[in-house]
Amino acid sequence: MGQTFSEKVLGRKAGRPVGAGEVITAVPDFYLSHDNSSAIIGEFRKLGLARVAAPDKIVIVLDHIVPAADEKYAQNHKTIREFVAEQGIRNFFDIEHGVCHQVLSEASFALPGAVIMGSDSHTTTYGAFGAFSAEIGRTEMASIWATDEIWLRVPETLRIEFRGAFAPGVSAKDAILKVIGDNGADRANYEAVEFAGPAAPEFSLASRMVLCNMAAEMGAKNGYFAPDAKTLGWLASRARGPFEVVVSDTDARYEAVLTYDLSMLEPLIACPHTVDNVKPVSAVAGKPFHQALIGTCTNGRFEDLEAAARILSGRKVHAGVRCLILPASRSVYLEAVEKGLIATFIKAGCVVLNPGCGPCLGAHEGLLAPGEVVVGTSNRNFRGRMGARDSEIYLASPATVAASAVRGTITDPREFA
Amino acid sequence: MSAGRVWKYGDDINTDVIYSGKYTYQQLKPEEMARKALEDLDPLFAKNVRPGDVIVAGKNFGCGSSREQAAACLRYAGIQAVVAKSFSRIYFRNAINLGLAVLQSEDAPDALKTGDPIEIDFPNGKIMSAGRTFSFFPLPESVLGIVEAGGLLEWTKKKLSIRG
Repeated sequence: MGQTFSEKVLGRKAGRPVGAGEVITAVPDFYLSHDNSSAIIGEFRKLGLARVAAPDKIVIVLDHIVPAADEKYAQNHKTIREFVAEQGIRNFFDIEHGVCHQVLSEASFALPGAVIMGSDSHTTTYGAFGAFSAEIGRTEMASIWATDEIWLRVPETLRIEFRGAFAPGVSAKDAILKVIGDNGADRANYEAVEFAGPAAPEFSLASRMVLCNMAAEMGAKNGYFAPDAKTLGWLASRARGPFEVVVSDTDARYEAVLTYDLSMLEPLIACPHTVDNVKPVSAVAGKPFHQALIGTCTNGRFEDLEAAARILSGRKVHAGVRCLILPASRSVYLEAVEKGLIATFIKAGCVVLNPGCGPCLGAHEGLLAPGEVVVGTSNRNFRGRMGARDSEIYLASPATVAASAVRGTITDPREFA
Repeated sequence: MSAGRVWKYGDDINTDVIYSGKYTYQQLKPEEMARKALEDLDPLFAKNVRPGDVIVAGKNFGCGSSREQAAACLRYAGIQAVVAKSFSRIYFRNAINLGLAVLQSEDAPDALKTGDPIEIDFPNGKIMSAGRTFSFFPLPESVLGIVEAGGLLEWTKKKLSIRG
Protein backbone atom coordinates (compact mmCIF):
# COMPACT_ATOMS: atom_id res chain seq x y z
CA MET A 1 0.00 0.00 0.00
CA GLY A 2 1.39 3.36 -1.01
CA GLN A 3 1.60 6.46 1.11
CA THR A 4 0.14 9.95 0.83
CA PHE A 5 2.29 13.07 0.77
CA SER A 6 1.50 13.82 4.43
CA GLU A 7 2.32 10.27 5.54
CA LYS A 8 5.65 10.43 3.71
CA VAL A 9 6.72 13.84 4.98
CA LEU A 10 5.80 13.11 8.58
CA GLY A 11 7.34 9.64 8.32
CA ARG A 12 10.64 11.24 7.33
CA LYS A 13 10.38 13.46 10.38
CA ALA A 14 9.55 10.50 12.61
CA GLY A 15 12.36 8.40 11.17
CA ARG A 16 10.03 5.48 10.45
CA PRO A 17 7.14 4.69 8.09
CA VAL A 18 3.90 6.08 9.49
CA GLY A 19 0.25 5.88 8.53
CA ALA A 20 -2.73 8.16 9.02
CA GLY A 21 -3.87 8.31 12.64
CA GLU A 22 -0.45 7.79 14.20
CA VAL A 23 0.97 10.44 16.49
CA ILE A 24 4.57 11.42 15.92
CA THR A 25 7.05 13.92 17.28
CA ALA A 26 8.42 16.18 14.56
CA VAL A 27 11.18 18.75 14.35
CA PRO A 28 9.71 21.45 12.08
CA ASP A 29 11.80 23.23 9.43
CA PHE A 30 10.34 26.69 10.07
CA TYR A 31 7.78 28.19 12.40
CA LEU A 32 5.80 31.33 11.65
CA SER A 33 4.22 33.82 13.99
CA HIS A 34 3.04 37.40 13.48
CA ASP A 35 1.70 40.17 15.71
CA ASN A 36 0.71 37.41 18.12
CA SER A 37 4.43 36.89 18.79
CA SER A 38 4.16 39.25 21.76
CA ALA A 39 1.67 36.88 23.40
CA ILE A 40 3.92 33.94 22.50
CA ILE A 41 6.87 35.75 24.09
CA GLY A 42 4.78 36.01 27.28
CA GLU A 43 4.13 32.26 27.25
CA PHE A 44 7.77 31.50 26.40
CA ARG A 45 8.96 33.57 29.39
CA LYS A 46 6.84 31.38 31.69
CA LEU A 47 9.06 28.42 30.77
CA GLY A 48 12.01 30.11 32.45
CA LEU A 49 14.40 29.71 29.52
CA ALA A 50 16.95 32.33 28.50
CA ARG A 51 17.20 31.31 24.84
CA VAL A 52 14.95 29.88 22.15
CA ALA A 53 16.07 26.46 20.89
CA ALA A 54 16.55 27.32 17.19
CA PRO A 55 16.44 31.04 16.40
CA ASP A 56 17.01 30.53 12.65
CA LYS A 57 13.79 28.51 12.34
CA ILE A 58 11.68 31.30 13.80
CA VAL A 59 10.04 33.54 11.21
CA ILE A 60 8.17 36.59 12.46
CA VAL A 61 6.14 38.87 10.19
CA LEU A 62 4.34 41.94 11.50
CA ASP A 63 1.19 42.11 9.36
CA HIS A 64 -2.00 42.04 11.37
CA ILE A 65 -2.30 45.58 12.64
CA VAL A 66 0.27 47.55 10.66
CA PRO A 67 1.15 50.30 11.14
CA ALA A 68 0.15 50.03 14.81
CA ALA A 69 -3.38 51.39 15.25
CA ASP A 70 -2.98 52.47 18.86
CA GLU A 71 -0.55 52.46 21.77
CA LYS A 72 -1.31 48.88 22.80
CA TYR A 73 -0.53 47.55 19.34
CA ALA A 74 2.56 49.74 19.20
CA GLN A 75 3.74 48.20 22.46
CA ASN A 76 3.14 44.69 21.09
CA HIS A 77 5.29 45.47 18.07
CA LYS A 78 7.98 47.01 20.27
CA THR A 79 8.04 43.93 22.52
CA ILE A 80 8.50 41.75 19.44
CA ARG A 81 11.29 43.88 17.96
CA GLU A 82 13.16 43.78 21.29
CA PHE A 83 12.78 40.00 21.52
CA VAL A 84 13.99 39.58 17.94
CA ALA A 85 17.14 41.54 18.77
CA GLU A 86 17.66 39.75 22.09
CA GLN A 87 17.35 36.25 20.59
CA GLY A 88 19.19 36.96 17.35
CA ILE A 89 16.19 36.07 15.17
CA ARG A 90 17.29 36.79 11.61
CA ASN A 91 14.03 36.05 9.82
CA PHE A 92 12.11 39.08 11.00
CA PHE A 93 9.89 41.00 8.60
CA ASP A 94 8.75 44.35 9.95
CA ILE A 95 5.60 46.19 8.91
CA GLU A 96 6.66 47.09 5.38
CA HIS A 97 6.62 43.56 3.92
CA GLY A 98 3.01 42.37 3.74
CA VAL A 99 0.84 39.42 4.78
CA CYS A 100 2.87 36.64 6.37
CA HIS A 101 1.71 33.90 3.99
CA GLN A 102 2.71 35.91 0.94
CA VAL A 103 5.98 37.03 2.53
CA LEU A 104 7.02 33.49 3.50
CA SER A 105 6.18 32.26 0.02
CA GLU A 106 8.12 35.02 -1.73
CA ALA A 107 11.08 34.49 0.60
CA SER A 108 10.87 30.75 -0.24
CA PHE A 109 10.42 29.39 3.25
CA ALA A 110 7.62 27.44 1.57
CA LEU A 111 9.81 24.69 0.12
CA PRO A 112 8.63 21.32 -1.19
CA GLY A 113 8.74 18.70 1.55
CA ALA A 114 9.32 21.27 4.32
CA VAL A 115 7.34 21.05 7.57
CA ILE A 116 6.15 24.51 8.61
CA MET A 117 4.05 25.26 11.68
CA GLY A 118 2.36 28.65 11.99
CA SER A 119 0.28 30.35 14.65
CA ASP A 120 -2.14 31.59 12.02
CA SER A 121 -5.09 29.72 10.64
CA HIS A 122 -4.16 30.15 7.00
CA THR A 123 -0.74 28.54 7.40
CA THR A 124 -2.19 25.88 5.09
CA THR A 125 -1.22 28.20 2.20
CA TYR A 126 2.33 26.80 1.77
CA GLY A 127 0.93 23.51 0.51
CA ALA A 128 0.73 25.35 -2.81
CA PHE A 129 4.50 24.79 -3.05
CA GLY A 130 4.40 21.19 -1.83
CA ALA A 131 5.20 21.95 1.81
CA PHE A 132 3.43 20.41 4.82
CA SER A 133 2.14 23.40 6.75
CA ALA A 134 -0.41 23.56 9.56
CA GLU A 135 -1.72 26.03 12.08
CA ILE A 136 -1.16 25.85 15.81
CA GLY A 137 -1.97 28.08 18.79
CA ARG A 138 0.19 30.53 20.67
CA THR A 139 0.95 28.31 23.66
CA GLU A 140 2.01 25.59 21.28
CA MET A 141 4.31 28.01 19.45
CA ALA A 142 5.95 28.98 22.75
CA SER A 143 6.57 25.29 23.36
CA ILE A 144 8.15 24.90 19.89
CA TRP A 145 10.39 27.91 20.49
CA ALA A 146 11.56 26.13 23.63
CA THR A 147 11.96 22.59 22.32
CA ASP A 148 12.10 22.72 18.50
CA GLU A 149 9.55 19.90 18.58
CA ILE A 150 5.83 19.34 18.19
CA TRP A 151 3.50 16.36 18.39
CA LEU A 152 1.44 15.80 15.28
CA ARG A 153 -1.24 13.36 14.33
CA VAL A 154 -0.68 12.09 10.81
CA PRO A 155 -3.79 13.19 8.91
CA GLU A 156 -6.00 11.21 6.57
CA THR A 157 -6.13 12.77 3.12
CA LEU A 158 -9.07 14.01 1.09
CA ARG A 159 -8.14 14.15 -2.59
CA ILE A 160 -9.87 16.67 -4.84
CA GLU A 161 -9.37 16.14 -8.56
CA PHE A 162 -9.98 18.91 -11.06
CA ARG A 163 -10.45 18.47 -14.77
CA GLY A 164 -11.48 20.84 -17.54
CA ALA A 165 -10.71 24.53 -17.82
CA PHE A 166 -12.30 27.63 -16.29
CA ALA A 167 -14.86 29.50 -18.37
CA PRO A 168 -14.20 33.25 -18.71
CA GLY A 169 -14.99 35.16 -15.50
CA VAL A 170 -14.43 32.08 -13.32
CA SER A 171 -11.27 31.52 -11.26
CA ALA A 172 -9.63 29.62 -8.42
CA LYS A 173 -11.76 31.35 -5.78
CA ASP A 174 -14.91 30.03 -7.43
CA ALA A 175 -13.42 26.52 -7.49
CA ILE A 176 -12.67 26.45 -3.78
CA LEU A 177 -16.02 28.06 -2.90
CA LYS A 178 -17.69 25.30 -4.93
CA VAL A 179 -15.82 22.61 -3.00
CA ILE A 180 -16.56 24.19 0.40
CA GLY A 181 -20.19 24.90 -0.47
CA ASP A 182 -20.82 21.35 -1.65
CA ASN A 183 -19.06 19.63 1.21
CA GLY A 184 -19.37 21.86 4.26
CA ALA A 185 -17.10 23.84 6.53
CA ASP A 186 -16.05 20.74 8.46
CA ARG A 187 -15.70 18.26 5.59
CA ALA A 188 -11.92 18.09 5.91
CA ASN A 189 -11.68 18.51 9.68
CA TYR A 190 -8.36 17.03 10.91
CA GLU A 191 -7.53 16.03 7.31
CA ALA A 192 -5.03 16.90 4.62
CA VAL A 193 -6.57 18.14 1.37
CA GLU A 194 -4.66 17.21 -1.78
CA PHE A 195 -5.56 19.13 -4.93
CA ALA A 196 -4.84 17.03 -8.00
CA GLY A 197 -6.25 15.81 -11.28
CA PRO A 198 -5.47 16.63 -14.91
CA ALA A 199 -6.24 20.35 -14.45
CA ALA A 200 -4.00 20.77 -11.37
CA PRO A 201 -0.87 21.70 -13.35
CA GLU A 202 -2.87 24.43 -15.10
CA PHE A 203 -3.33 26.37 -11.85
CA SER A 204 -0.81 29.18 -11.42
CA LEU A 205 1.11 29.17 -8.14
CA ALA A 206 -0.96 32.17 -7.04
CA SER A 207 -4.16 30.22 -7.72
CA ARG A 208 -2.80 27.17 -5.88
CA MET A 209 -2.28 29.49 -2.92
CA VAL A 210 -5.97 30.47 -3.06
CA LEU A 211 -7.05 26.84 -2.82
CA CYS A 212 -4.57 25.85 -0.10
CA ASN A 213 -5.34 29.04 1.86
CA MET A 214 -9.04 28.28 1.88
CA ALA A 215 -8.59 24.59 2.65
CA ALA A 216 -8.53 25.95 6.21
CA GLU A 217 -12.18 26.92 5.70
CA MET A 218 -13.13 23.28 5.31
CA GLY A 219 -11.29 22.42 8.53
CA ALA A 220 -8.15 21.06 6.88
CA LYS A 221 -4.89 20.63 8.75
CA ASN A 222 -2.94 21.23 5.54
CA GLY A 223 -3.48 21.68 1.82
CA TYR A 224 -1.25 20.34 -0.93
CA PHE A 225 -0.43 20.58 -4.62
CA ALA A 226 2.27 18.26 -5.94
CA PRO A 227 5.25 20.37 -7.03
CA ASP A 228 5.69 20.49 -10.79
CA ALA A 229 7.58 22.49 -13.43
CA LYS A 230 5.85 25.71 -12.31
CA THR A 231 6.92 25.16 -8.71
CA LEU A 232 10.48 24.26 -9.60
CA GLY A 233 10.70 27.17 -12.03
CA TRP A 234 9.62 29.57 -9.28
CA LEU A 235 12.15 28.09 -6.86
CA ALA A 236 15.02 27.93 -9.37
CA SER A 237 16.19 31.46 -8.71
CA ARG A 238 15.07 31.84 -5.12
CA ALA A 239 15.11 28.58 -3.08
CA ARG A 240 16.75 29.43 0.24
CA GLY A 241 18.18 25.97 0.67
CA PRO A 242 18.07 22.37 -0.51
CA PHE A 243 14.69 20.68 -0.63
CA GLU A 244 13.23 17.36 -1.64
CA VAL A 245 10.06 17.05 -3.65
CA VAL A 246 7.65 14.67 -1.90
CA VAL A 247 4.59 13.36 -3.73
CA SER A 248 1.86 10.85 -2.93
CA ASP A 249 2.27 7.33 -4.28
CA THR A 250 -0.11 6.40 -7.06
CA ASP A 251 -1.58 3.67 -4.84
CA ALA A 252 -1.85 5.88 -1.74
CA ARG A 253 -4.98 5.43 0.38
CA TYR A 254 -7.34 8.41 0.48
CA GLU A 255 -10.26 9.00 2.83
CA ALA A 256 -12.23 9.99 -0.28
CA VAL A 257 -11.70 11.32 -3.78
CA LEU A 258 -13.94 14.12 -5.06
CA THR A 259 -13.97 15.18 -8.71
CA TYR A 260 -14.84 18.56 -10.18
CA ASP A 261 -15.08 19.74 -13.77
CA LEU A 262 -13.85 23.34 -13.82
CA SER A 263 -15.66 24.05 -17.08
CA MET A 264 -18.99 23.54 -15.29
CA LEU A 265 -18.32 26.26 -12.70
CA GLU A 266 -19.89 29.69 -12.62
CA PRO A 267 -19.00 32.70 -10.41
CA LEU A 268 -19.89 31.85 -6.81
CA ILE A 269 -20.28 33.81 -3.60
CA ALA A 270 -20.24 32.77 0.07
CA CYS A 271 -23.13 34.49 1.84
CA PRO A 272 -23.33 35.45 5.53
CA HIS A 273 -22.43 34.06 8.00
CA THR A 274 -20.60 30.85 7.08
CA VAL A 275 -18.09 30.13 4.33
CA ASP A 276 -20.07 27.08 3.21
CA ASN A 277 -23.22 29.15 2.55
CA VAL A 278 -22.28 29.32 -1.14
CA LYS A 279 -24.61 30.45 -3.92
CA PRO A 280 -24.22 31.39 -7.58
CA VAL A 281 -23.49 35.12 -7.86
CA SER A 282 -26.57 35.30 -10.09
CA ALA A 283 -28.75 34.20 -7.15
CA VAL A 284 -27.87 37.26 -5.06
CA ALA A 285 -27.19 39.68 -7.92
CA GLY A 286 -28.66 43.12 -7.37
CA LYS A 287 -28.05 43.21 -3.63
CA PRO A 288 -26.67 46.62 -2.66
CA PHE A 289 -23.59 46.85 -0.43
CA HIS A 290 -21.29 49.46 1.09
CA GLN A 291 -17.70 48.28 0.89
CA ALA A 292 -15.64 46.20 -1.51
CA LEU A 293 -12.36 44.61 -0.45
CA ILE A 294 -9.95 43.31 -3.09
CA GLY A 295 -6.78 41.66 -1.83
CA THR A 296 -5.73 39.81 1.41
CA CYS A 297 -3.69 36.62 1.79
CA THR A 298 -6.39 34.79 -0.16
CA ASN A 299 -6.63 36.97 -3.28
CA GLY A 300 -4.05 39.75 -3.02
CA ARG A 301 -1.50 38.61 -5.58
CA PHE A 302 -0.73 40.20 -8.93
CA GLU A 303 -3.08 37.98 -10.96
CA ASP A 304 -5.91 38.89 -8.57
CA LEU A 305 -5.26 42.63 -8.83
CA GLU A 306 -4.97 42.24 -12.58
CA ALA A 307 -8.38 40.54 -12.79
CA ALA A 308 -9.89 43.39 -10.79
CA ALA A 309 -8.08 46.08 -12.79
CA ARG A 310 -9.35 44.66 -16.08
CA ILE A 311 -12.89 45.45 -14.91
CA LEU A 312 -12.11 48.72 -13.11
CA SER A 313 -10.02 50.12 -15.95
CA GLY A 314 -11.72 53.17 -17.44
CA ARG A 315 -14.67 52.79 -15.05
CA LYS A 316 -15.62 54.31 -11.70
CA VAL A 317 -16.45 52.66 -8.40
CA HIS A 318 -20.17 53.22 -7.79
CA ALA A 319 -20.91 56.32 -5.73
CA GLY A 320 -22.40 54.33 -2.84
CA VAL A 321 -19.44 51.98 -2.49
CA ARG A 322 -16.03 52.30 -0.83
CA CYS A 323 -13.57 50.07 -2.67
CA LEU A 324 -10.44 49.02 -0.76
CA ILE A 325 -7.42 47.50 -2.50
CA LEU A 326 -5.10 45.44 -0.30
CA PRO A 327 -2.03 44.00 -2.06
CA ALA A 328 -0.70 40.91 -0.30
CA SER A 329 2.88 42.11 -0.19
CA ARG A 330 5.26 44.94 -0.94
CA SER A 331 6.51 43.06 -3.97
CA VAL A 332 2.97 42.60 -5.34
CA TYR A 333 2.31 46.28 -4.61
CA LEU A 334 5.46 47.34 -6.45
CA GLU A 335 4.62 45.23 -9.48
CA ALA A 336 1.13 46.70 -9.49
CA VAL A 337 2.63 50.20 -9.38
CA GLU A 338 5.11 49.46 -12.16
CA LYS A 339 2.50 47.92 -14.43
CA GLY A 340 0.00 50.72 -13.94
CA LEU A 341 -2.63 48.82 -11.95
CA ILE A 342 -2.47 51.15 -8.98
CA ALA A 343 -3.09 54.13 -11.27
CA THR A 344 -6.13 52.28 -12.63
CA PHE A 345 -7.43 51.71 -9.11
CA ILE A 346 -6.88 55.29 -8.02
CA LYS A 347 -8.55 56.69 -11.15
CA ALA A 348 -11.51 54.38 -10.52
CA GLY A 349 -11.89 55.84 -7.04
CA CYS A 350 -10.43 52.96 -4.99
CA VAL A 351 -8.52 53.39 -1.73
CA VAL A 352 -5.20 51.56 -1.79
CA LEU A 353 -4.14 50.21 1.63
CA ASN A 354 -0.64 49.23 2.67
CA PRO A 355 0.08 45.49 2.35
CA GLY A 356 -0.96 43.55 5.45
CA CYS A 357 -4.05 41.86 6.86
CA GLY A 358 -6.04 45.09 6.65
CA PRO A 359 -9.75 44.97 7.46
CA CYS A 360 -10.08 41.18 7.01
CA LEU A 361 -9.77 40.30 10.68
CA GLY A 362 -11.66 43.29 12.00
CA ALA A 363 -8.98 44.75 14.23
CA HIS A 364 -8.43 48.13 12.62
CA GLU A 365 -8.97 50.03 9.32
CA GLY A 366 -11.98 49.51 7.10
CA LEU A 367 -14.44 48.24 9.69
CA LEU A 368 -18.20 48.05 9.14
CA ALA A 369 -20.95 49.97 10.92
CA PRO A 370 -24.16 48.22 12.00
CA GLY A 371 -26.22 47.20 8.98
CA GLU A 372 -23.37 47.59 6.50
CA VAL A 373 -22.43 44.96 3.93
CA VAL A 374 -19.00 44.15 2.52
CA VAL A 375 -18.24 42.09 -0.57
CA GLY A 376 -14.65 40.94 -0.37
CA THR A 377 -12.08 38.50 -1.67
CA SER A 378 -11.01 37.43 1.84
CA ASN A 379 -11.57 34.02 3.38
CA ARG A 380 -14.00 34.35 6.30
CA ASN A 381 -17.48 35.78 6.63
CA PHE A 382 -18.26 34.98 10.25
CA ARG A 383 -20.70 37.27 12.02
CA GLY A 384 -19.06 40.45 13.24
CA ARG A 385 -15.62 39.53 11.89
CA MET A 386 -15.11 42.82 10.06
CA GLY A 387 -16.90 45.12 12.47
CA ALA A 388 -20.44 45.43 13.80
CA ARG A 389 -22.28 42.33 14.92
CA ASP A 390 -25.08 42.97 12.45
CA SER A 391 -22.89 43.75 9.47
CA GLU A 392 -22.64 41.19 6.66
CA ILE A 393 -19.71 39.73 4.73
CA TYR A 394 -19.93 38.16 1.25
CA LEU A 395 -16.88 36.36 -0.19
CA ALA A 396 -16.14 36.09 -3.90
CA SER A 397 -13.44 36.27 -6.56
CA PRO A 398 -11.55 39.49 -7.44
CA ALA A 399 -13.51 39.72 -10.72
CA THR A 400 -16.86 39.42 -8.95
CA VAL A 401 -15.91 42.00 -6.32
CA ALA A 402 -14.61 44.45 -8.93
CA ALA A 403 -17.73 44.07 -11.09
CA SER A 404 -19.91 44.56 -8.01
CA ALA A 405 -17.94 47.67 -6.98
CA VAL A 406 -18.58 49.25 -10.36
CA ARG A 407 -22.28 48.40 -10.38
CA GLY A 408 -22.91 49.16 -6.69
CA THR A 409 -24.77 45.88 -6.27
CA ILE A 410 -23.58 42.28 -6.30
CA THR A 411 -22.84 41.56 -9.95
CA ASP A 412 -21.80 38.61 -12.09
CA PRO A 413 -18.40 39.55 -13.59
CA ARG A 414 -19.31 37.91 -16.89
CA GLU A 415 -21.45 40.98 -17.54
CA PHE A 416 -18.17 42.89 -17.94
CA ALA A 417 -16.54 40.39 -20.28
CA MET B 1 -17.99 15.51 39.74
CA SER B 2 -19.40 19.00 39.70
CA ALA B 3 -22.75 20.48 38.75
CA GLY B 4 -23.65 23.41 36.56
CA ARG B 5 -26.10 24.59 33.95
CA VAL B 6 -26.23 24.10 30.20
CA TRP B 7 -25.66 26.87 27.65
CA LYS B 8 -26.86 25.36 24.38
CA TYR B 9 -25.70 26.49 20.93
CA GLY B 10 -25.87 25.08 17.38
CA ASP B 11 -23.47 23.81 14.73
CA ASP B 12 -20.30 25.51 13.43
CA ILE B 13 -19.86 27.94 16.32
CA ASN B 14 -16.81 29.83 15.07
CA THR B 15 -13.94 31.45 16.90
CA ASP B 16 -14.91 34.98 15.85
CA VAL B 17 -18.19 34.77 17.75
CA ILE B 18 -16.50 33.03 20.69
CA TYR B 19 -13.77 35.67 20.95
CA SER B 20 -13.85 38.59 18.54
CA GLY B 21 -10.93 39.50 16.31
CA LYS B 22 -11.02 43.02 17.65
CA TYR B 23 -9.74 41.76 21.00
CA THR B 24 -7.45 39.06 19.67
CA TYR B 25 -4.40 41.26 19.31
CA GLN B 26 -4.97 43.18 22.51
CA GLN B 27 -3.53 41.53 25.55
CA LEU B 28 -6.46 41.47 27.95
CA LYS B 29 -6.47 40.17 31.51
CA PRO B 30 -8.30 36.90 32.20
CA GLU B 31 -11.30 38.62 33.81
CA GLU B 32 -11.57 41.01 30.85
CA MET B 33 -11.37 38.09 28.43
CA ALA B 34 -14.17 36.34 30.33
CA ARG B 35 -16.39 39.39 29.82
CA LYS B 36 -15.87 39.23 26.03
CA ALA B 37 -16.71 35.52 25.72
CA LEU B 38 -19.39 34.74 23.11
CA GLU B 39 -20.04 38.46 22.71
CA ASP B 40 -21.23 38.19 19.09
CA LEU B 41 -23.15 34.95 19.65
CA ASP B 42 -25.02 35.45 22.91
CA PRO B 43 -24.70 38.79 24.70
CA LEU B 44 -26.39 37.28 27.78
CA PHE B 45 -23.72 34.64 28.26
CA ALA B 46 -20.92 36.66 29.83
CA LYS B 47 -23.33 38.47 32.16
CA ASN B 48 -24.98 35.32 33.47
CA VAL B 49 -22.47 32.48 33.25
CA ARG B 50 -21.59 30.81 36.57
CA PRO B 51 -18.57 28.69 37.48
CA GLY B 52 -19.26 25.06 36.62
CA ASP B 53 -21.59 25.81 33.71
CA VAL B 54 -21.19 23.76 30.53
CA ILE B 55 -21.48 24.76 26.88
CA VAL B 56 -23.28 22.19 24.75
CA ALA B 57 -23.13 22.55 20.97
CA GLY B 58 -23.48 20.70 17.69
CA LYS B 59 -20.81 19.83 15.17
CA ASN B 60 -17.55 21.62 14.34
CA PHE B 61 -17.38 23.75 17.50
CA GLY B 62 -14.54 26.29 17.34
CA CYS B 63 -14.09 26.38 13.58
CA GLY B 64 -12.13 29.27 12.11
CA SER B 65 -9.18 31.04 13.62
CA SER B 66 -6.27 29.50 15.50
CA ARG B 67 -6.68 32.14 18.23
CA GLU B 68 -6.46 30.25 21.49
CA GLN B 69 -8.21 32.98 23.47
CA ALA B 70 -11.38 31.35 22.11
CA ALA B 71 -10.59 28.46 24.46
CA ALA B 72 -9.04 30.55 27.23
CA CYS B 73 -11.96 33.00 27.53
CA LEU B 74 -14.40 30.16 28.24
CA ARG B 75 -12.15 28.71 30.91
CA TYR B 76 -11.79 32.17 32.49
CA ALA B 77 -15.58 32.55 32.35
CA GLY B 78 -15.84 29.47 34.57
CA ILE B 79 -16.96 26.97 31.95
CA GLN B 80 -16.03 23.49 33.20
CA ALA B 81 -16.34 21.80 29.82
CA VAL B 82 -17.57 22.17 26.26
CA VAL B 83 -19.62 19.20 25.10
CA ALA B 84 -20.09 19.03 21.32
CA LYS B 85 -20.76 16.52 18.57
CA SER B 86 -17.38 17.44 17.10
CA PHE B 87 -14.67 20.08 17.40
CA SER B 88 -12.54 21.80 14.82
CA ARG B 89 -9.01 20.45 14.83
CA ILE B 90 -7.31 23.61 16.03
CA TYR B 91 -9.88 24.34 18.74
CA PHE B 92 -9.54 20.84 20.14
CA ARG B 93 -5.77 21.15 20.19
CA ASN B 94 -5.77 24.63 21.75
CA ALA B 95 -8.30 23.65 24.40
CA ILE B 96 -6.21 20.67 25.48
CA ASN B 97 -3.09 22.82 25.56
CA LEU B 98 -4.85 25.37 27.78
CA GLY B 99 -6.64 22.94 30.07
CA LEU B 100 -10.25 23.44 28.87
CA ALA B 101 -12.11 20.12 28.84
CA VAL B 102 -13.51 19.40 25.37
CA LEU B 103 -15.82 16.39 25.33
CA GLN B 104 -17.15 14.79 22.20
CA SER B 105 -20.62 13.33 22.70
CA GLU B 106 -23.04 11.94 20.15
CA ASP B 107 -26.17 11.91 22.28
CA ALA B 108 -25.95 14.79 24.76
CA PRO B 109 -26.10 17.74 22.28
CA ASP B 110 -29.47 16.77 20.80
CA ALA B 111 -31.06 16.10 24.17
CA LEU B 112 -29.90 19.07 26.25
CA LYS B 113 -31.17 22.65 26.18
CA THR B 114 -30.16 25.94 27.77
CA GLY B 115 -30.81 26.00 31.50
CA ASP B 116 -30.80 22.22 31.98
CA PRO B 117 -28.84 21.07 35.04
CA ILE B 118 -25.71 19.13 34.11
CA GLU B 119 -23.12 17.07 35.92
CA ILE B 120 -20.02 15.56 34.36
CA ASP B 121 -18.40 12.41 35.65
CA PHE B 122 -14.98 12.70 34.02
CA PRO B 123 -13.42 9.42 35.19
CA ASN B 124 -16.37 7.37 33.96
CA GLY B 125 -17.10 9.34 30.80
CA LYS B 126 -20.70 10.16 31.79
CA ILE B 127 -22.85 13.26 31.49
CA MET B 128 -25.94 13.43 33.73
CA SER B 129 -28.91 15.78 33.50
CA ALA B 130 -32.23 15.47 35.37
CA GLY B 131 -32.14 11.69 35.54
CA ARG B 132 -30.81 11.21 31.99
CA THR B 133 -27.34 9.86 31.30
CA PHE B 134 -25.21 10.49 28.22
CA SER B 135 -21.72 9.41 27.25
CA PHE B 136 -18.65 11.09 25.82
CA PHE B 137 -15.56 9.75 24.09
CA PRO B 138 -12.52 9.53 26.36
CA LEU B 139 -9.60 11.73 25.27
CA PRO B 140 -7.06 10.03 22.98
CA GLU B 141 -4.14 8.60 24.88
CA SER B 142 -1.73 10.79 22.94
CA VAL B 143 -3.04 13.95 24.56
CA LEU B 144 -3.75 12.57 28.02
CA GLY B 145 -0.17 13.26 29.06
CA ILE B 146 -0.62 16.96 28.31
CA VAL B 147 -3.91 17.17 30.18
CA GLU B 148 -2.50 15.27 33.14
CA ALA B 149 0.51 17.60 33.28
CA GLY B 150 -1.92 20.55 33.54
CA GLY B 151 -1.55 21.89 30.01
CA LEU B 152 1.15 22.20 27.41
CA LEU B 153 3.42 24.66 29.21
CA GLU B 154 3.69 22.39 32.26
CA TRP B 155 4.21 19.41 29.97
CA THR B 156 6.99 21.26 28.14
CA LYS B 157 8.65 22.22 31.43
CA LYS B 158 8.65 18.56 32.39
CA LYS B 159 10.14 17.58 29.03
CA LEU B 160 12.86 20.24 29.34
CA SER B 161 13.80 19.08 32.84
CA ILE B 162 14.12 15.47 31.67
CA ARG B 163 16.42 16.58 28.86
CA GLY B 164 18.47 18.55 31.39
